[in-house]
Amino acid sequence: MLLREGNIRIPAGCAISGIMNKKGLLFSGDDIVKSIALMHERSNGLGGGFAAYGIYPEYKDLYAFHVFYHHSGAKEDTETFLKKHFDIKLSGEIPTRKVPSIKDVPIIWRYFVLPREDKLMEWGLAEEEFVVRCVMRINSNIDGAFVVSSGKNMGVFKGVGYPEDIGEFYMLDTYKAYIWTAHGRFPTNTPGWWGGAHPFTLLDWSVVHNGEISSYDANRRWIEMFGYKCTLQTDTEVITYIFDLLIRRHGLPLDIVVTALAAPLWDEIQRMDDERQELVKAIRAVYGSALINGPFSIILACKNGILALNDRIKLRPMVAATKGDFVFVASEESAIRAVCPQPDRVWAPMGGEPVIALLEGVEDIWP
Amino acid sequence: MKVIDASGMHYKDLNAMIKQLIKGNAAEILVKNVQGQRYIGDGIQGNSKIIIEGTPGNDMAAYMDGATIVVHGNAQDGVANTMNDGKVVIHGNTGDILGYAMRGGEVYIKGDVGYRVGIHMKEYLDKKPVIVIGGKAGAFLGEYMAGGIIILLGLNVDDTQKIVGNYCGTGMHGGVIYSRIPIDSYKLGKEVKQTQAEDGDMEIIGLYVKKFSDYFGFDYRSIMDSQFVKIYPYNHRPYGNLYAY
Repeated sequence: MLLREGNIRIPAGCAISGIMNKKGLLFSGDDIVKSIALMHERSNGLGGGFAAYGIYPEYKDLYAFHVFYHHSGAKEDTETFLKKHFDIKLSGEIPTRKVPSIKDVPIIWRYFVLPREDKLMEWGLAEEEFVVRCVMRINSNIDGAFVVSSGKNMGVFKGVGYPEDIGEFYMLDTYKAYIWTAHGRFPTNTPGWWGGAHPFTLLDWSVVHNGEISSYDANRRWIEMFGYKCTLQTDTEVITYIFDLLIRRHGLPLDIVVTALAAPLWDEIQRMDDERQELVKAIRAVYGSALINGPFSIILACKNGILALNDRIKLRPMVAATKGDFVFVASEESAIRAVCPQPDRVWAPMGGEPVIALLEGVEDIWP
Repeated sequence: MKVIDASGMHYKDLNAMIKQLIKGNAAEILVKNVQGQRYIGDGIQGNSKIIIEGTPGNDMAAYMDGATIVVHGNAQDGVANTMNDGKVVIHGNTGDILGYAMRGGEVYIKGDVGYRVGIHMKEYLDKKPVIVIGGKAGAFLGEYMAGGIIILLGLNVDDTQKIVGNYCGTGMHGGVIYSRIPIDSYKLGKEVKQTQAEDGDMEIIGLYVKKFSDYFGFDYRSIMDSQFVKIYPYNHRPYGNLYAY
C-alpha cells in the first residue's frame, strides 16, 4: 500500500527554480523546464511540478480549479459539491501527452468557476474566503480528490516523475505565463504521490520548497486555529497557509511577513536601534508560531510577483539573478545560466534576506 | 592542449573523459561551455591543469589529490570538499561550504564566497590546507575548523563590517583565520580570540597573498600594507575536560 505523506518521514533534497517577467510579458514553459532539468541530480523522480501565472487570459476573472481524482467516485462527489457551490462556466480534462516514465496517472480535470451568489449570502463570506473553505472541504472530506490549484489566471501542473518529464506530460511548451516556478523532488523515504508533489497552493498563492521544517507541528497547530486544514501533512502546505493568513487575511506588509517567518535571532535583535527592536520583538511575540525553523529555501508566487527566501542561517542553497525585466531564482547558478547565459547581476541572497520581484505598477504582493 | 566541449554533456561522461585524458598524461585540458556538471576533478591525482570555462556544478575538486583546476567563471557549492592536495583557482565567486573538511592543497578565490566556508578543515603534520578569499565571506566562516589557514582579504568591501557574516569561527578548535580588516567582535564565535598578526604570521600571509596577486593581477604590496588580524581558538581541546578522565 502506498503511504501518504505524514505516515512516513521525508528528508528532502530537492531543486527549485523561478522565472518572472516584471512587465508581465508572457513566455512559454520551455525555459523553466530547461532550468529545472539542469538540476536533474537534485531530484529522484518522485515528484516534479510547476506553477504558471497568466496562462488563462480568456478566463482571467474565473477561479481555475485543477483537481486530481484517484477514482471516478471522487470525481462524481466533487462535481456534485462544486455544482452546489459554484457556477461552472467550463470544465474538461487537462490535456496531457503520453510520456513513458509518467505512470499511475490520476484523473486530471480543470474547472473554471465562480462562487454562487446564493451560497456566498448563505455562508456570509467574501468570495476568496468562500473559495478557501471549499478547497479545504474537498481536500479533507472527499476521499480520493485533491485540489491542485484554485487561483485566477494561474494553474499548477504537478505529479510523480522528474520535473522535465512532468513538463513534457502537461505540454508546458503550449502555455504562456509571466511567472513560472518549478520544483524537482527528492523524497528518499516515500513512494511519493501526485498530490504530494510541489507546488502547494491556495487561491493565487503557490509555494515550492527545498528543505524540511522542524517547526511543522507548532506551525500546523497554530494555523489550524484559523480554519486551515493541513490534510497533506507536508511542511510545504503549512507555509502556503501561513502566507495566506499573514498577507491576505491579516494584511501585513511583506517585510513584516518575512520577519515573522525567518525572524532575526535574539542577539541580532539586540544590536538593532530601539524602534526596530520594538517592532521585531512585537512581531516575534505576536507571530512566534509563524516562525519557520529548520532548513528551507522557498519561492512564493502570486499574481503580483514572487518572494524567494532562505532560512535564517542558510541551510539550503539559493542564487538570484536579473536580466532586463527578467528575474531568476534557483537552487544553483548554472540553472539560471542555462536559460540566461549572461545575467546583468547574479548574487547569493543571505539567510533570511528576501528576494522580492513585483509586477511593474504593483505596490505590494497582495491584493 | 586538449579541448572538451561540455555543452549538453552528462557529468558522468564529462568526468570520464577528463580522467581518460589525465591517464594519458595530458598537461592541459580546456573544458568549454561547462553548464553545472557536478564532481569535476573529483579524486584526480597528478600534475595536469584543467581549465574550466562556464559554471562548474557542485562538489568540484572534491577529494582531489593533486592537479590544478582553474575556473573562468563562478563555482557553486562544495568546492574542494575533503580535498587532499593540488590547487584550485577561481576567477569569480563560489557558493557555500567551500573547503568542507579540506585537508591539504590550496584554493584561491578572486571574489566572494558563501556560507560555512572552511567548515571542519583539518591539518596533520605537513598537510595544511589553505583558502585565500579575495572578496567577502558569508556567515559561519571556519565553523568547527580544526586546522589549516583561511586568509580573508575583503578587497571589494566598501563597508568593513561586511567582510564576513556572523558566527565566524564558531566551534573552531584548530588552525587560523587571517583577515585584512579587523572583524567586529560580535561576529566571532565564543571559541576564538582576535589579535594582531605578528611577523611570523605576516610571512605566511605574504607567501599566499603573493600567489593570489599573481593569479588575479592584484598589487601585492598594497594588499600587504594592511595590518592583518589573526583569529584563532582559545583551546585546541575545548571538551577535553568533559570527556577525558
